[in-house]
Amino acid sequence: MEERFTLSILVSNEAGVLTRVSSLFGRRGYNIDSLSVGETENPTYSRMTILSRGDVATRDQIIKQLQKLVDVKSVALMPPDNTVLRELMLVKVNAELPTRAQIQQIVDVFRAKIVDLSPSSLTIEITGEKSKLDAFIANIVPYGILELCRTGVTAIGRNSNILTGKEDKEI
Amino acid sequence: MRLKGAEVLVQVLIEQGVDCIFGYPGGAVLDIYDALYKAQDRIRHVTTCHEQGATHAADGYARVTGRPGVVIATSGPGATNLVTGIANAYLDSVPLVAITGNVARALIGRDSFQEVDITGITMPITKHNYMVKDVDRLADTVRAAFRLAASGRPGPVLIDIPKDMQTSLTEYVPAAPVTKTNNSSVDAASLDAALALIASSERPYIYSGGGVVISDASAELLALADRLDCPIGTSMMGLSAVPYDNPHFLGMSGMHGGYAASKALSMADLIIAIGTRFSDRATGNKQAYQTGRKILHIDIDAAEIDKNIVSSESVVGDVKQVLRRLLDAGVQRKPSDWAEQVHKVKSSAESRPEMPNDRLNPRSAIEAVNARLRPDDVVATDVGQHQLWTAQYYHFRRPRTFVTSGGLGTMGYGFGAAIGACFGRGKKRTVLFTSDGSFHMNMNEMATAVSHDLPVLVVVLNNRVLGMVRQWQTLFYENRFSNTSLARRTNYAALADAFGAKGYRVESLEALNNALDEALGLDGPALIDVCIDCDDKVLPMIPPGGTIEDIILKG
Ligand SMILES: Cc1ncc(C[n+]2csc(CCOP(=O)(O)OP(=O)(O)O)c2C)c(N)n1
Ligand SMILES: [Mg+2]
Repeated sequence: MEERFTLSILVSNEAGVLTRVSSLFGRRGYNIDSLSVGETENPTYSRMTILSRGDVATRDQIIKQLQKLVDVKSVALMPPDNTVLRELMLVKVNAELPTRAQIQQIVDVFRAKIVDLSPSSLTIEITGEKSKLDAFIANIVPYGILELCRTGVTAIGRNSNILTGKEDKEI
Repeated sequence: MRLKGAEVLVQVLIEQGVDCIFGYPGGAVLDIYDALYKAQDRIRHVTTCHEQGATHAADGYARVTGRPGVVIATSGPGATNLVTGIANAYLDSVPLVAITGNVARALIGRDSFQEVDITGITMPITKHNYMVKDVDRLADTVRAAFRLAASGRPGPVLIDIPKDMQTSLTEYVPAAPVTKTNNSSVDAASLDAALALIASSERPYIYSGGGVVISDASAELLALADRLDCPIGTSMMGLSAVPYDNPHFLGMSGMHGGYAASKALSMADLIIAIGTRFSDRATGNKQAYQTGRKILHIDIDAAEIDKNIVSSESVVGDVKQVLRRLLDAGVQRKPSDWAEQVHKVKSSAESRPEMPNDRLNPRSAIEAVNARLRPDDVVATDVGQHQLWTAQYYHFRRPRTFVTSGGLGTMGYGFGAAIGACFGRGKKRTVLFTSDGSFHMNMNEMATAVSHDLPVLVVVLNNRVLGMVRQWQTLFYENRFSNTSLARRTNYAALADAFGAKGYRVESLEALNNALDEALGLDGPALIDVCIDCDDKVLPMIPPGGTIEDIILKG
């Protein structure tokens, strides 16, 4: 049965690592629904968050194949109930004078923020879980979305769950 | 000691115990070749005719010695010519360190002359690759490459060295040869589970793969078979780990495996798979393979567990260590009449080779060579029917004596590999079985064999066709022989003579025997063109996706 799952991957902060990881997904036919990457508290590591889909066997294969990459320092399957998941989205929406107030209301309900405006448009910033962003889009669509971009999901374990890199793993 | 990067590279090769490397010079590796020139008393460089041959040679060298093979090529076309050889080593888990030159860093990304992104190209076919961007890290990068290539599940590692890194100065601090790290810790719980699974089995069957050869676990494997009084079938990669005359040995299983091996496997209640990845060529129908029996999978690569075949239990670790632990723990199976059942299968009419050996044909030719070789002489092959016939009819007696392209099935692999193997064995007798198609791909390496007076005997099982493809066309495409009848007019014997080797052509078994007696007495390379029928088939055959029920025994 196909399931969605979130992987958090600590990788060495070096050129080409993103290609190594994404090409592994590509050549073995694994799905990437979302990918985000950035620096961590340790400048020698980057952390990637990948949302993927597949049955349990595929999921386990993905994790094991990732662990074979030299630049991958650790891989964690992030449990949905014990993980903080966030994504940031910027939306530029049509906003002529008559509709501005209505859009402002939606922005307030979703605790989003207007970060830029022009006579005919508003740019809104919103963060949250994927479902919140999707719901926001559904509400804003009628006004006419001019441009939209999302960062992809990033994830961190709740409580004291900490992902640490292994430098001396055996491959 | 302050040295140029190129000199550091050569120093590290020497420091790591490398005594023989294969390659081809060019603009982007001039400095490396200059350093090799100065170190020629300590490191032998073999210049092949083509970089592909050099990678296959490094691969053959690694297979017979168990140590990483080293290949060097220039940037651009030199580097791309390595690709097939690297992929070949990757699929057969062969430790290889490939070194390429590249244009200077200032020229990278500008489509400079002979610039290619070889790290990008080889990313999916290496365990890892490096581009050296800091000469101070060159030595440690090369050391890391050697460790990585040999550790765990071995494989190829590529180091791309831009020209300016070769000429920059850095401090060289000698170091000891790297040691390989080998998943030393075996999980105790999984071992217990394995012991329990075997204890509950009445009819275990050992399916042994290339991992047993790689980890030098032949003795442990045979001890396990003795202890369990159970049969061993191997994959093609696993063949040389079991002496052909071992009473437990049933031969190779799979698409062109023997009847006994496939039949016994289908009767087993437990498959103990050791150092193998369940390739589709070896399993046939995966569903049938797994139904009605349990599977215990032992492998050093955790990612192989449950990848192709779902195991009942698995142990991840170096197979030699795992087998020792099982033996030490007193591994036993349930008593049964399994050995008698297997014996019946082994002596059944179906298990006898279909091909006669009283006249000249692939079987008698291979047997004639077999009768004349010593147990540790190396046999290499190309890819096609001749390869499978060799796997079926040659009697391997020692591990690491069979050098063949398993996973990639690379036609043209054999000549380079035989040359590398011959160097790896201190220029001892080596035989290459090939056929007309494969031979024409990389026959240029005959010149390399001649340059170095290598005792490599090339036996061309000449059917004048791409026999393996023709066999499929016969069986599955109603004799439409599309582009597999070669109509070459090559005079092989004269060609060998022209290269400076000795050539023979034989049309009878008697002539073959005479030619072999002469050719095997020579110190240098020789070739025997053996005329065989274009419709001889590799049998038995289980068609792709089939089971023992579908086995084709007669042509
Ligand atoms: C490089 C490469 N190209 C094509 C193939 C497909 N192929 C597999 S076996 C074969 C025929 C081999 O012919 P030959 O070397 O004459 O061996 P024979 O089967 O006749 O013994 C071919 C074309 C291959 N394995 N490798
Ligand atoms: Mg042929």
